Amino acid sequence: MSSVPLKPGAEAVAGKGWLLAHKWLILRRSSQVGILLLFLVGPWFGLWIVKGNLNYSYTLGVLPLTDPYLLLQSLLTFKLPETLALVGAAIIILFYLLVGGRSYCAWTCPVNLVTDISSALRRRFGLKGGAHLSRSTRFWMLGMTLVVSLLTGTIAWEMFNPVSMLHRGLIFGMGFAWMVIVAVFLFDLFVMRSGWCGHLCPVGAFYSLIGRVSVLRVQLPGRAACNDCMDCFAVCPEPQVIRPALKAINGAPALIFDAQCTNCGRCIDVCSKDVFAFGPRFTIPVSAQSIVGGTAQAVPK
Amino acid sequence: MSVFTLTRREFIKTNAVAAAAVTAGMSVPGAVMAQARGGDGVRWDKGVCRYCGTGCGVLVGTKDGKVVATQGDPDAPVNKGLNCVKGYFLAKIMYGQDRLTKPLLRMKDGKFDKNGEFAPISWDAAFDIMAEKVKATMKEPTQGPYGVAMFGSGQWTVWEGYAAVKLMKAGFRSNSIDPNARHCMASAVAGFMRTFGIDEPMGCYDDAEHADVFALWGANMAEMHPILWSRITNRRLTANHVKIHVLSTFSHRSCELADNELIFKPQSDLAILNYICNYIIQNKAVNQEFVKKNVGFFQGVTDIGYGLRPNHPLEQVAGNNGYPGADGKPKGDPNKHTPITFDDFAKFVSEYTLDKAHEISGVPKDKLEALAKAYADPKVKVTSYWTMGFNQHTRGTWVNNMIYNVHLLTGKISEPGNSPFSLTGQPSACGTAREVGTFSHRLPADMVVMNPKHREFTEKAWKLPAGTIPPTPGYHAVLQSRMLKDGKIGFYWTSTTNNMQAGPNVNGEIYPGWRNPKAFVVVSDVYPTVSAMSADLILPCAMWMEKEGMFGNAERRGQMWRQQVKAPGESRSDLWQYMEFSKRFKVEDVWPADLLAKAPELKGKTLYEVLYANGQVNKFPKEEAAKVNAHAWAGYTNDESEAFGFYVQKGLFEEYAGFGRGHAHDLAPFDTYHKVRGLRWPVVDGKETLWRFREGYDSYVKKGEGVRFYGYPDGKAKIFALPYQPAAEMPDKDFDLWLCTGRVLEHWHSGSMTRRVPELYKAFPDAVVWMHPKDAEKRGLKRNDVVKVSTRRGEIELRVDTKGRNKMPEGLIFVPFFDEHRLVNKLTLDATCPISKETDFKKCAAKVVKV
Amino acid sequence: MTTVTQSKAPVGNTARRQFIADTSRMACGVGLLGLGLGLYARHATALPPAAIRPPGALPEDRFSSACIRCGMCVRDCPYDILHLARPEEPMSTGTPYFIARQAPCEMCEDIPCVKACPTTALDHSLKEINKAKMGLAVVVDHETCLNFLGLRCDICYRVCPVIDKAITLDPQTNVRTGRHTLFIPVVHSEHCTGCGKCEKACPTEVAAIKVFPLYMAKGQLSSHYRLGWVEKEKAGGSLVAPEIEHRYNMPEGMKYEHGKGLSVVPPGEAAAPGAVPPAPTFKALQGNKL
Repeated sequence: MSSVPLKPGAEAVAGKGWLLAHKWLILRRSSQVGILLLFLVGPWFGLWIVKGNLNYSYTLGVLPLTDPYLLLQSLLTFKLPETLALVGAAIIILFYLLVGGRSYCAWTCPVNLVTDISSALRRRFGLKGGAHLSRSTRFWMLGMTLVVSLLTGTIAWEMFNPVSMLHRGLIFGMGFAWMVIVAVFLFDLFVMRSGWCGHLCPVGAFYSLIGRVSVLRVQLPGRAACNDCMDCFAVCPEPQVIRPALKAINGAPALIFDAQCTNCGRCIDVCSKDVFAFGPRFTIPVSAQSIVGGTAQAVPK
Repeated sequence: MSVFTLTRREFIKTNAVAAAAVTAGMSVPGAVMAQARGGDGVRWDKGVCRYCGTGCGVLVGTKDGKVVATQGDPDAPVNKGLNCVKGYFLAKIMYGQDRLTKPLLRMKDGKFDKNGEFAPISWDAAFDIMAEKVKATMKEPTQGPYGVAMFGSGQWTVWEGYAAVKLMKAGFRSNSIDPNARHCMASAVAGFMRTFGIDEPMGCYDDAEHADVFALWGANMAEMHPILWSRITNRRLTANHVKIHVLSTFSHRSCELADNELIFKPQSDLAILNYICNYIIQNKAVNQEFVKKNVGFFQGVTDIGYGLRPNHPLEQVAGNNGYPGADGKPKGDPNKHTPITFDDFAKFVSEYTLDKAHEISGVPKDKLEALAKAYADPKVKVTSYWTMGFNQHTRGTWVNNMIYNVHLLTGKISEPGNSPFSLTGQPSACGTAREVGTFSHRLPADMVVMNPKHREFTEKAWKLPAGTIPPTPGYHAVLQSRMLKDGKIGFYWTSTTNNMQAGPNVNGEIYPGWRNPKAFVVVSDVYPTVSAMSADLILPCAMWMEKEGMFGNAERRGQMWRQQVKAPGESRSDLWQYMEFSKRFKVEDVWPADLLAKAPELKGKTLYEVLYANGQVNKFPKEEAAKVNAHAWAGYTNDESEAFGFYVQKGLFEEYAGFGRGHAHDLAPFDTYHKVRGLRWPVVDGKETLWRFREGYDSYVKKGEGVRFYGYPDGKAKIFALPYQPAAEMPDKDFDLWLCTGRVLEHWHSGSMTRRVPELYKAFPDAVVWMHPKDAEKRGLKRNDVVKVSTRRGEIELRVDTKGRNKMPEGLIFVPFFDEHRLVNKLTLDATCPISKETDFKKCAAKVVKV
Repeated sequence: MTTVTQSKAPVGNTARRQFIADTSRMACGVGLLGLGLGLYARHATALPPAAIRPPGALPEDRFSSACIRCGMCVRDCPYDILHLARPEEPMSTGTPYFIARQAPCEMCEDIPCVKACPTTALDHSLKEINKAKMGLAVVVDHETCLNFLGLRCDICYRVCPVIDKAITLDPQTNVRTGRHTLFIPVVHSEHCTGCGKCEKACPTEVAAIKVFPLYMAKGQLSSHYRLGWVEKEKAGGSLVAPEIEHRYNMPEGMKYEHGKGLSVVPPGEAAAPGAVPPAPTFKALQGNKL
């Protein structure tokens, strides 16, 4: 990728107005904070809507939700949970099959708040470069955590998992968990862009497996209108997912199929040409289809 | 009316049984109570602990032909469900990895060779060579019948000991049979016989609940009799006035409870006992009435030697050691004693003043006085306990006599709480070794071979011609070793004992004796002990619950058990071995013609027919076994009864019991023992005797007699005037330490059973030498250093311990004898009490150097 | 799912070599990380002695893998005694525990914590709180336990929700004073739930009675030995044929009972039944007998 604009989204703000240019971001933050608040009003105000944490929760005494990745680790130690936990895991899997696997990362995970701040600061202060790691590392991590569970008979990753640690910490008491979170923050800020969420986190890797077949996708109905401003690349936490769909590489349809897309919707916000929109994977936008099979492709300069 | 023909007692009994049966959900007729009551398929039956003389009752759980568990028998009066940690592991003792299962003979090129390697052979072949060796020995002029010798055990069952005595003393006409109890109880026996004319304690364990003062003389009961010790401890803790005096040559676990700990110099117990008598007399504490009526005074001969070989300088100067003198006649009699008066006795002990006792013993005067006071106070009931500290003593008989002196002077004897009590170390030292008469000079029921009337009585009881039993004592334990070395014994059979580890002076006498080409040595055992490995032929034995048995414990309590499991492989019980072996001899083979001429009806018969199938022993058909035990076990039988076709154990027992009945050794009928947790003899008219020699408690004492020591015709016990004399070997400049040997709680005797229990092995793996820290420092030693302990007879290497359970005084070291890799008996001296012939394992001179 | 690196990789020998090198590097790096994580996780499964798991918790090795660290039990504990372990604490992070000395388990009859657990980490078959085995109380310090010293405290005993079953007082003689009794607190594992009330209530500066996880506190007899008196009680009578009546030679005024021993016949009680048989004649075989 070549030159990245200093203030991505400035054009969109100018074109659509600030609110529309931040629509999905605001919704997303509301979701992240809202979910946290749902967990917190119990211990804070004695208003018990949701009990538990992201590993497992029970809402209003009817809705069980279980983290399927955690459950998988437990199963690998040959433990069968109670029915509620299995139901909870099924609900979660079904839910993310609908809304996109890694939308967990963008819309639910509290660590995202931390790493987003890192990213914003990186952009603000123009911090560049740093260590290089393959984005496939997360799958190695995922595999490793499962193998360690199997071999040691423990849910090993829970000893370190910043996701559950931050969430549990906020709800049940932080202890030294903040150190882990600060470490992730600093890592993303100084060592590597999107280092944690984009390269290492096995939770995200697990949800991306659901994301391979999930329904809700970012479509590119207006990809013909792309003016190569690169704002979407600048804000996207997984920028590699955009290019094939945007540039129809190897005749790719105008739909981001890459499972690493977190459905954060930020690209929709910052695009002044309204290239992006949410839509189901089964309907490929008409306007874009015309381009498929077309010839000249705009290539980023 | 028929219902009311039940006597009141039977009625109560029947109801009790019915009640118990109902609670357990069983019907009474044909109730098989020993079998599978727990529901886990484990059959429980009563038994006795295999180790020491306490005689703890146990219940043995069997499943699939294996003893899988044990428990302390809650109904056993001795232990009420408790066991020591060795007893905790009883279920494992029969299942060591290296159980012997086949006869093994030293062979080269398919033939016996004394220097060959062990190879399995059949029982037939084993008995063949044994019979050949027995016959050859008898014919050999330098050996003869007494050259056929047997070394038995206080761990034999009653009938095994009895069958062995018959085989040896009547069958082979050799009195050279002795039990390992010679190493352990002989001085107690001689002490009883000299003082009372009858063997075994007058009191019982119940004394522990009635005494005000306990005195331990050379008995570390805390480790060696743990269950009894807990009874004494309980008495001490629950009755505030109770005091405990512990006398020992070093400080041990029993001293923890002691109100008065007296650590005395080895051998000085003799002086302390005389001092106590002196104190009693000086303080007018003699029970005059008792003494006048029940006691006679005697002066014993004093230059009796030390039981060493006759050529030893100490024996050369001894005028009364009984050894052949220059003229070939015996030099005096160490047992000789002549009557004296009370005043003579008083004068004799008067030289043992407090000062002198203190000087000889090294015990602080106030401690000596406190002890003497306790014995003297007429209001205080005293029970004295002793074991090997007294018995393994070159003056063992004396020191036994002298503790009775103290109790007799004060009349503190034969009543609850007033009891001189000799403890035993083996499960049937009393029941078998002593009562059955397995000593080289003894016959059943305290009789002896030297007495023509006793021989006559025995020969009649055994339906044998007069003159069958030879009149001279055979070779006793230590003499057997010497005679083996001297080539006088040609056939030697040991069983259920481990003399190569437990006997004295292994290097000097025992090993050269066993390996002497003139001797053929047979070891019957269950594991390859050092003795077995030193033998020429090993016979694999059945043990404990693999045979029906009876043990007699230290309080005269006889206890029986049924055979629970089969012995592994070709192992056979000692009983089977003796009886089966006896079939190999015709009377003509072993008896002289003139003897046989007196009983022509025996001509052509085998020893088996003469000794066992004699119309008495085989009186009860084998079906009797099922009948006798029907209350506990439907269709019960045992291996010996199956093999010989009659209830062997009952037959032997009833023939043997005939000796004691009416002779103050009365045993109950055989069947009764299978129904009870033991009975204390004499059992007269179905009643046990708890305290002997006292009217009311002992039915042999007539109304109005009060106390009668009926072992002697005049009904009087003997008080002996005997002096303090030094030990046979004492520390000098070359060997500057006393060496004492003994046991630890974790292991029983030579460890052949307990060292095969992994947990017990782990608890105390290797023997150590305990010594005083200053003694260690003087030799540049630190705790756990490897040292060489040596005496004039040998050396062993082991580690030093200056801490832990035993606290040595300076100048004394202690080494336990359980460890077959550190044979402390290579070092010990084979000096014995000249009267009892029991070795002093507690005193010899040793040195310790750093390796 | 192809990654950027891989999708860009040109075909060819160099590329293959590069791919193998990258993969190896990745495998080694992540493998090392996994090794560290595994070792750390193994260590952290050792429950520290002061931490007690909620009722129904599986044995520690199984608990830490069955528990998904959701905190539901913490939420549903009406007394807020449960905590989730923090990363710095020496046990599996996020797993629930309580510290008895701070706040012991109140032993709710409906056991809400177990009900809340979505996994088997807390065993749902536990329906009766008295059957819980959270830990086992142990009188750890005999030197400072007031009752061992002869003082009368027994707070642990009286505060015990399973009093007289889980903790009993064993009266023993106070040898020192000779006239008082030591009421020794004895914990019976069969009934102790490990709630920790005793530890919380122990009045000494540092508790003399403490609750430990079962694996630390409980020994085990070997299967080859049974306790005779226990087996007898279980079976409702002697396992082996009951004793037939024993009789003893006794002087007048004395009696001896099997298993009880010698005592004086109390005045008024009938003398032993049956006439005293004549003394047997002792057939002497005396003489030279030694």
